[in-house]
Amino acid sequence: MSKSEGISQAEVDKAIKAALTDISGASSIAELKKAKGSILGDGSALASFSARLGKLPADQKAEAGKIVGSARAKVSEAFEAREAELSAQEEAKLLEKEAIDITASAQVSRMGARHPLSLLQERISDVFVGMGWEIAEGPEVESEWFNFDALNFDEDHPARAMQDTFFVEPTEQKLVLRTHTSPVQVRSMLNREVPIYVLCPGRVFRTDELDATHTPVFHQVEGLAIDKGLSMADLRGTLEHFAKIMFGEEAKIRLRPSFFPFTEPSAELDVWHPGAKGGARWVEWGGCGMVNPNVLIASGIDPEVYSGFAFGMGIERTLMFRNEVTDMRDMVEGDVRFSKQFGMVL
Amino acid sequence: MRIPLSWLGEYVDLPTDATPESVMDDLVRVGFEEEAVHSFDVSGPLVVGQVLEFVAEPQDNGKTIRWCQVRVAPEGEKAADGGESVRGIVCGASNFEVGDKVVVSLPGAVLPGNFVISARSTYGHISDGMIASGKELNLSDDHDGILRLALMGLDPKVGADAIELLGLSDSAAEINVLPDRGYCLSIRGVAREYSHATGKNYRDPTGNVHPIHAEGFGLTINDQSPIRNRKTSQSFILRTVTGIDATKPTPTWMRARLKLAGMRSISLAVDITNYVMLELGQPVHAYDLDKVKGSFTIRRASKGETLKTLDGQVRKLHEEDLLITDESGPIGMAGVMGGSSTEVSDSTTSVLIEAAHFDGISVGRSARRHKLFSEASKRYERGVDPRIGEIAAARVIQLLEVHAGGAAGSVGATFADFNPATEIFLPTDFASSLIGVDYKTEEIAKVLGDIGAEISNVEGGVMVLAPSWRPDLTHKTDLVEEIARITGYDRIPSRLPVAPPGAGLTREQQFTRTALNSLAAAGSTEVLSYPFVSTSSNNLFADAAKAVALANPIQEEAGQLRMSLIPGLMETARKNLSRGLTDLALVEQGSVFASAPNKSPVFPDTKSRPSKEQLLQLEAGIPSQPKHIAGLFLGQRLGAQPGSKAIAFGVEDALQAARVLGHAVGVELELRQSKPKGFHPGRSADLLVNGELVGFVGELNPSVSKLNDLPRTVGVFEINLDELFALAPESVMAKPIGTLPAATQDLSLVVGQEIPAAEVLTAVKEGAGDLLEEITLTDDYRGANIPEGTKSLTFALRFRAMDRTLTQAEASDARDAGVEVARKKFNAKIRS
Repeated sequence: MSKSEGISQAEVDKAIKAALTDISGASSIAELKKAKGSILGDGSALASFSARLGKLPADQKAEAGKIVGSARAKVSEAFEAREAELSAQEEAKLLEKEAIDITASAQVSRMGARHPLSLLQERISDVFVGMGWEIAEGPEVESEWFNFDALNFDEDHPARAMQDTFFVEPTEQKLVLRTHTSPVQVRSMLNREVPIYVLCPGRVFRTDELDATHTPVFHQVEGLAIDKGLSMADLRGTLEHFAKIMFGEEAKIRLRPSFFPFTEPSAELDVWHPGAKGGARWVEWGGCGMVNPNVLIASGIDPEVYSGFAFGMGIERTLMFRNEVTDMRDMVEGDVRFSKQFGMVL
Repeated sequence: MRIPLSWLGEYVDLPTDATPESVMDDLVRVGFEEEAVHSFDVSGPLVVGQVLEFVAEPQDNGKTIRWCQVRVAPEGEKAADGGESVRGIVCGASNFEVGDKVVVSLPGAVLPGNFVISARSTYGHISDGMIASGKELNLSDDHDGILRLALMGLDPKVGADAIELLGLSDSAAEINVLPDRGYCLSIRGVAREYSHATGKNYRDPTGNVHPIHAEGFGLTINDQSPIRNRKTSQSFILRTVTGIDATKPTPTWMRARLKLAGMRSISLAVDITNYVMLELGQPVHAYDLDKVKGSFTIRRASKGETLKTLDGQVRKLHEEDLLITDESGPIGMAGVMGGSSTEVSDSTTSVLIEAAHFDGISVGRSARRHKLFSEASKRYERGVDPRIGEIAAARVIQLLEVHAGGAAGSVGATFADFNPATEIFLPTDFASSLIGVDYKTEEIAKVLGDIGAEISNVEGGVMVLAPSWRPDLTHKTDLVEEIARITGYDRIPSRLPVAPPGAGLTREQQFTRTALNSLAAAGSTEVLSYPFVSTSSNNLFADAAKAVALANPIQEEAGQLRMSLIPGLMETARKNLSRGLTDLALVEQGSVFASAPNKSPVFPDTKSRPSKEQLLQLEAGIPSQPKHIAGLFLGQRLGAQPGSKAIAFGVEDALQAARVLGHAVGVELELRQSKPKGFHPGRSADLLVNGELVGFVGELNPSVSKLNDLPRTVGVFEINLDELFALAPESVMAKPIGTLPAATQDLSLVVGQEIPAAEVLTAVKEGAGDLLEEITLTDDYRGANIPEGTKSLTFALRFRAMDRTLTQAEASDARDAGVEVARKKFNAKIRS
């Protein structure tokens, strides 16, 4: 046995036991921290062993040092374990306390919405931009020269005097609210170099009273391609591609002979709408044709060298049958519930 | 154009089972849209009856009915409905006599309007059928009495099928005839087109008619001022028929066809002219020859002249109106409507028939000027075959001779001055390359031959003389359309052309999208309102004297184009409010308008590209119409929620939206407190980019809100996108990102309450220099411990250097430099 100044395993064990009891007795991190001094601090039993250790004869130091070191390690380990345990318990309690009914949590900002007519114009624009076309725009109050003359509407053409054009006062200015986006085609032909592939979406005007199927202000998208060797086959191919993107792979198009002053030949365009309400069917979609040589000439393009095609359709009409909008008024009145159905998606 | 099938079948082989629907299906292939189906809507048993006797029975209601015994089948035979051959029928009409042959609808018959006939008890009798009037059979508007077949020139057998007798089994297809196909406003034209569509055999109705020669009637064409130097008339035919009985009835088959074609039966002579017009497309006018005074002169109206037209109206004539005159003065407006002074009547015995060609533009202008759109003017405007007049006149004579008992007179006049047909060279490869179909020359020649053109084969294509009824065919492209149309658009293959590489959306287009998407993501709803506003609305935010006004607005009170987007947004807000939608964040993007200098532009012709000067002149006359964007915020941004109270919309929301917009295009909007028109004078600001004004933000002036039935507090902004985009950076050059530790400081400055916080912030920023990485306003304190009339603005500042860790001393020096600038500008003092 060691002398009284020596350090015995038993007394160390006793101190360990006491420390472990204190550690496990702490019921919170705060208590544990409070107990830390008496367990591991300067005044603790373990600390006193360390002090005594220095006074031991050299031959006992190694042995006793081992005993004390191991005791310290054991107690520290227990302390940390308890600390982790208590911390986890307290975190768990806190989490429980922090729980809320997330289904009743407050909204911090509102959701807005784009107008579906804008979204549709953008969607259509993207289809054509994807093919290398560019998007052209022009003024809504337009000179009759761009709206009519340059598009092969004779000054006595019935379409021109029809009651559906808004004229600007005084009429000597020869200004109208454009009746179609075709003047943008003329401007494109005048401002751009051939070959030209442009899409002209925009707002147009006719003097119709607002009802379920008419509105004096509506939107169109028109396309124009001028290049060497373009034929009606190119027109059909372009429209078919467009239709498939808008209405699905099964969509197809049909052309019926028609008349427009600015195209020759001209055609009405029907689309086979696979997703139509009530079943797939043909839907009248727009008009199209090969650009009339007189229109090319008015824009300084030689019809003996270049040919072109053009097409146009109503955005409102397209939205109506594509997205099952049944009343024109919903699209123009600005009732926020209408746009909010769409949000940012068509 | 309505096409009775029996009529169509005379000039083209129709399948026996043809229906209006099947005819329209065929015609749509060659470019005629279907419009409607017309029929008499009468179904069997409808028979010829004879009134054997009747008893007039006065009734309590003041009417007198006739209780008739009517034979509806020959003696000893069963009637068409299987019943007795003599029926008791109650009849309300009294325009008939015993022995009259009439039309009887027997029980089981269905008359127009789904009127089912049955034996029914009425006025104390069982009425076993009905004696029909013209109106009940949809045959005429005449409701005064029943049809008396003798008056219609008919004496059929009792019991005969009246549906066949009256032509009531016929039906008509109505098609839409486009403006370039005037010749299809005739059975002749449609029959030809039907033949193109189906390959069926076509017989030209002109083949049955031979011109009748006549001369000696004085006729002078004297157009003092031809419109647009066009030839007034290419032909003018006058013929006479004498000894007619104008009271003779129009034959039932003609009456039925006219009715199906949508024309009212008027009198035999007029019906015949209408019939010939429908058949051949040539408007024909009949004058009472005895009322015509002397010879004809075709001339423009003189100032102050008037004409009483057939509809009884006295028309003040315009000097551009082309007239038919005799020695008494005007007797007709050429191609539009005849005059009443020479109208045919029951006492007419000799008629003068006019089948003339008139220039469509002249007729069109007169029709529009007098708002007199007749069947004739419609045809002239779209182009009448100048060479068919003589045939049409002969056809009228033929019909008058047969049905009115007259004889062709030897007096008449024939004027002809035809425009020569243009020779068009159509190269075969031009047709093929324009349509994308490999046409053969023989096919092209066949198609053009079928439409009536004269064809000669030449090297590489065909030489074409268009038929006289096709004034629309003037260019080789027009011929190509005919080929594509008649051979079928279905033959056109599909090919996707490859455009040269494009540049994508323009910067402005991308900005617009990003701006609208950002605003929508930030809580606003995009709307699209009409640009039509009232003068007073324009005056709220701009000067309506500079507005663009419409000559023909839909509503007089909204006769100007908007100068600001806010009136439209207010209107939209009001509509939403009326539907109980009170919390609104609305944005709109669109053009606003300001009038251009008032000019009467000279239009370049369209025979070549306009010169640069001409285009500039055109552009100068077009109003400026910049794109704006605006927003309106009213009601609650957020309603009450668990744990939070409702938050009202206000100026902050408008400002936030403006900032979102600036952010979307890469600019930081500066604010300058101001008083924009229509805005709250104390709660509004100019929005600037690099010192340039781009818009306004604030609250609506409460008086404006009130005027528009909106709540008092409405946040609002409006920005000129064209200007904003122009000031937006072309692209962003990245600055290096400092990674060394930052030094932060707080700074409270006491300044006068009238000094805008943003300006103080800018001053500090300016003084602090490059080391200042970020500065934000964190508090605006007013109250105790600072001098009266001042406020304490607290800023959080973050400093950082790229090349070293800043010391607090360096940060303090930079801050003090900032304070110094604020002191100099605004007498700002650090709050002690």
